[in-house]
This record gives sequence, C-alpha cells and structure tokens, in this order.
Amino acid sequence: MDVSGLLSYLVSLAIMGGIYAIFALGLNVQWGYTGLFNIGIAGFFAVGAYTSALITTPMPEGVYATYVEQLIGLNLPFAFGLFGAMVVSAVLAAIVGIPTLRLREDYLAIATIGIAESIRLIFNNERWLANGPRGLTGLPQPLRAWVEPQHYNYLYLAIVLIAVVAVYWAIERGIRSPWGRVLRAIREDETAAAMNGKNVFAFKLQALMLGAAIMGLGGALYAHYVRAISPDAFTPLFATFLVWVMLMLGGSGNNRGAIVGAFVVWGIWTGSTFVTDQLLPTFWAARAPYLRFLLVGLILEAIILLRPQGILGEERRVSKLLE
Amino acid sequence: MTELLVYGIVLGSIIALGAIGLTLLYGILRFAHFAHGDLMTFGAYVVLVLHRDLLPWLGIPELRLGALSFGGRMLGALVISMAVTAGLTLLIDRLLYEPLRTRKSSPVILAIASLGMAFILRSLIYIIWGPQFLFYTQELRPAWELPLEVRLRPDQLFILVLALVLVALLYLFLQHTTLGKAMRATADNPQLAWVCGIDTRRVTAWTWVLGAALAAAGGVLYGIDAQLRPDMGWSFLLPLFAAVILGGIGSPVGALVGGLILGVVQQVSTAFLLPTYKPAVAFVVLIILLLVRPRGLFGRTT
Repeated sequence: MDVSGLLSYLVSLAIMGGIYAIFALGLNVQWGYTGLFNIGIAGFFAVGAYTSALITTPMPEGVYATYVEQLIGLNLPFAFGLFGAMVVSAVLAAIVGIPTLRLREDYLAIATIGIAESIRLIFNNERWLANGPRGLTGLPQPLRAWVEPQHYNYLYLAIVLIAVVAVYWAIERGIRSPWGRVLRAIREDETAAAMNGKNVFAFKLQALMLGAAIMGLGGALYAHYVRAISPDAFTPLFATFLVWVMLMLGGSGNNRGAIVGAFVVWGIWTGSTFVTDQLLPTFWAARAPYLRFLLVGLILEAIILLRPQGILGEERRVSKLLE
Repeated sequence: MTELLVYGIVLGSIIALGAIGLTLLYGILRFAHFAHGDLMTFGAYVVLVLHRDLLPWLGIPELRLGALSFGGRMLGALVISMAVTAGLTLLIDRLLYEPLRTRKSSPVILAIASLGMAFILRSLIYIIWGPQFLFYTQELRPAWELPLEVRLRPDQLFILVLALVLVALLYLFLQHTTLGKAMRATADNPQLAWVCGIDTRRVTAWTWVLGAALAAAGGVLYGIDAQLRPDMGWSFLLPLFAAVILGGIGSPVGALVGGLILGVVQQVSTAFLLPTYKPAVAFVVLIILLLVRPRGLFGRTT
C-alpha cells in the first residue's frame, strides 16, 4: 500500500469513526447522563439514513421508476436531509418513550429493540416506501463541485468533523446547564428528583428525543457517505451493539470518552478486518465478521467486569460557572 | 383460520417455554436477561450436533417413534442439550453475573452484560455453524387431515404435548418442593428470603438451570417445527418479553398464558400480514399492553 492509499484508508476510517462518535454522543445523552437504556440504536440509525435519502433524492422517472419505488423524492439540498432525519428520529423516540418512560427502566430497552426490529422489517418488506431489500442508491453528496472527485472524502471528513464538534459543543452546553443537572439527578435517584418538583417523565422524554435526533443526524451522515443504503446495514450487531461498546469503553457520562471510544472501537473493528482478510485461510476469512463481533463482545464484558467507568470515566464537573 | 389458531397454540407453547424461564430469571435475579433467545438457539444447535453427528457416531440408533419424523435419539439429544445449556449458564453466571452481583451492580448493568452475552453466543453460533438454514431432518413430513380443515403434523402434536409436560413438571416443582418454594419466596422478596435462611446462591443456580433447560427445549422444539437459523433466538426475544410482561413479571403461569396468547396473535396475524412481520406484531402487542395494563394480567401493583 502506497502513501496515498494509506492516506485515503485513514480518511475513510476517520469518517466512519466520526459518524460513530455522533451515535455514541447521542447514546451518551440517553444512557450516560439520563440512564435511559436504549438498545434500538439501529432503528434511529435507519430512520435517519432513510429520511435523509428520501428528502434529498429526486423521484425516479421513466424506465428508472420501474426499478426503484420510493414514497417521496423531494430532491432538496443536503442540509434539509440532515434536519429532516433529526426531526423524524426524535418523533420516533417520542413514540417509543411515551408508553414506556413512566414504567420500569428496562421496559424502554425492550421497546427500543422492538422498534428497531420493526423498522428494519418495514423497510425490508414495504417496497413502495424505500425500494424494499434493494434499498436506495445514488444519494447526493454536498459540495461535490468544489473538489475533484478523488479528493472528495477529505471534504466529507471535514463536514463530519464539524458535525461532531457541533454536537459535542451542544451537549456540553446542555449538560452544564440546570437542565443537564436535572438529567443527572434523574439518573442517580429518580424519586429524589421527582420530590424536588421535577417532571421526571418530561425530562426523560426530552433526553430520549435529543439523543435520538443526534442518532438520526449520524444516520443521515452515514447514508450520504456510503451513498447506497439497504435494510441490511441496520442490523442490531452492526448498528446498536458497536455503539454501546464504544460508549462503555470510552466512559459513560463523558462526551470526550464517547468520541475516544468511537474512534478506538472503530479502529479495532477495521484494523481487525485488515488482519482477518489478509492472514486467515478462506474458511475462517468467510467467518471473519463474526470473529470480530466475538472480539467486540468480549471487550464489552471485560470493560463491565474490569473497568466499568471506561477509559476516561465520568466527569464530575457539573456547572459551567465552576470552571 | 382454525388451522392458524392451532399453529398459534403450537408456536405459543414454544414461546411459553422460553418465557417461563425468562420470567423466573426476571423475578428472582431481577434483571432483564437479553441472552435468553440466544440460549434457545444454542440448545437447538447442540441437538443438531448430537442428533446428526455425535450420537450416530457412538452407534446409538434412532428407534423411530410412530408417525414422528424422529425417534428416541432426538429425545436423548434433547435431554443432553438441556443439561449442556444449563451447564453453560452456570459457567456464564460464575464468570460474569456473580462478580457483578457481588459488586452490587445495578440491574441495568447486568442487563447490558447479558446483551453482550447474547451477541457473544450468536457470534459463536455463526462461527461454528455458519449463517445458512439447517434442518434436523430432510424427509417429507405428511400431515394428518383433522376436522375443520386443520392439517397438523405429528411433530406439532409432539411439540405441544412435550411443552405442556415440561410446564406441568415445573409447576409441580415450584409448588411442592422445598427448593421450588424457596424460589417463589425469593421472587417475592429477596431480602426477606435471605433473612429467613434461604440459600440464595442455591436458588440462583437452580433458576439458571431451570430457565436454561426450558429455553433449550423451546429452541429444539422450534427446530423440529421449522428450521435452525443463528438469529432465530433474537427473533424470539420480543415475543418472549411481551409474554413475560403480559403475564406479569415473575409469574410462571402468567408467562404460559402470555406465551400462548402471543403465539396465537402472531400466527393469526399471518392471515393479514407477511409472516416476517411476526416480531413486529409482538412489538405492537407489547406497546398496547404497556399503555393499557403495564403490570400484566397476573402481575402485582408493585
């Protein structure tokens, strides 16, 4: 591999690492700060990706229309796609949150698994919605005219990193505000928070919807990076489990931890692809994805047992006035 | 329609086997065990190895049983698989959950650990057996023509009967043995049970053994009825939890009723929806349930 090949490999690694960092930040709002147990990240990922695809692609015409069916094709700019993805994802979170957030904490977990599976089934089976199992292709990428096609990924990396920084900044602001302190109070002791006159349900719902909107943004950024999406991409293994391992490894309740965890785990994930594809005999190479999932699963159990606070651990500072 | 109802009861008895174990674990160990569906898958694949490879290699004959598509070797494999799956969960408990309990980790951390274990088990199954569908038998399985246009395969009757026998045995165990009573007491109030001198470690171990053995049996019965896939347990997870919550957490009778209801609802839904939507149907049932009666049919208000 020459230098430019290595460089483009690193750029694509950084783009995916950044997209996963956004998912991990979204999960951090829900789990890290509020203690909401969402194991249906795949659902918000998928909805974000598909929403942005439907908003930014044109409606298929002519011969093309016989091969591709989609509910809408608005042909709007990229920014509308991102915004739409966040809104639809947050609405979905409200649908899951309203029946479950007043109940035991693990009911939310079960419901989020349910919504993620249901969404994957709907996109797989309802061809009129977004072309069924074959999915949507040819998603537009923003500002393509600015640079030569072979250098485009550098620009996209910049867009992703701007999104990571923006999300990071927004959550840091939020979490150091009175609103953020209520979230932590709910996580630590729901009854005490309620006795202090806080509407626990409303705060939980806001945290769930905010986290989901961030995940929807991540999904949209993913969709415009790969430019072709199908329901296969949104399996619980790939879309939910990796994000959990990232946050647990980096440190729940720490936004920098979420970002570090995302890059480390994505690095391990793609780095081990390199090892398994180059070194293993054919029989094992075919099973390599599952070997990697096994590795990631073992990493999660090791973190839970040996270093439950993750690499960075939770930050104790709670107010921007105390810094 | 009658046929779908009958098939639904067969599917429901399989769901009930998983759900009863899950509700015991939920009630006694107090966390949501997300690896329960994958224990079903594991049990089913262990039987595949035993029935197809290991037991024939040891020279154990099949001894066909009447009209069933399998024989005594399958029953032997089933019993061994239930024991192996139980042993596996005891090992996992020792390595993973016991240290977390000792550290007084919150139930949510145990639930995350079990989610990780679900993915580990499924990865192992993919690695060992590959992603393709597998079958216990390749032969044609003729169905009986029953009244009301119901076609039922002998295997399906066997599934129903065996599931009911296992549930009845569990019921007798919980009602009439000291250990069973200790388990119910722990489910009611763990602190009080501990103060009363109940050996909670022993209760924990037996909860795993019973839950895992029933899950393995459920997985095997599904394998007999349909086919083996590495993600079969994952697609059972939603109906299992829906059945547990429907019946009221910690209530085995509730889980049985909940399982049968879920099985019938899922199967009857195939008259209107694609069969692949079955997990989504379970999800809709769950959401309606949480809105209308979150403590379940037999649950207490706590």
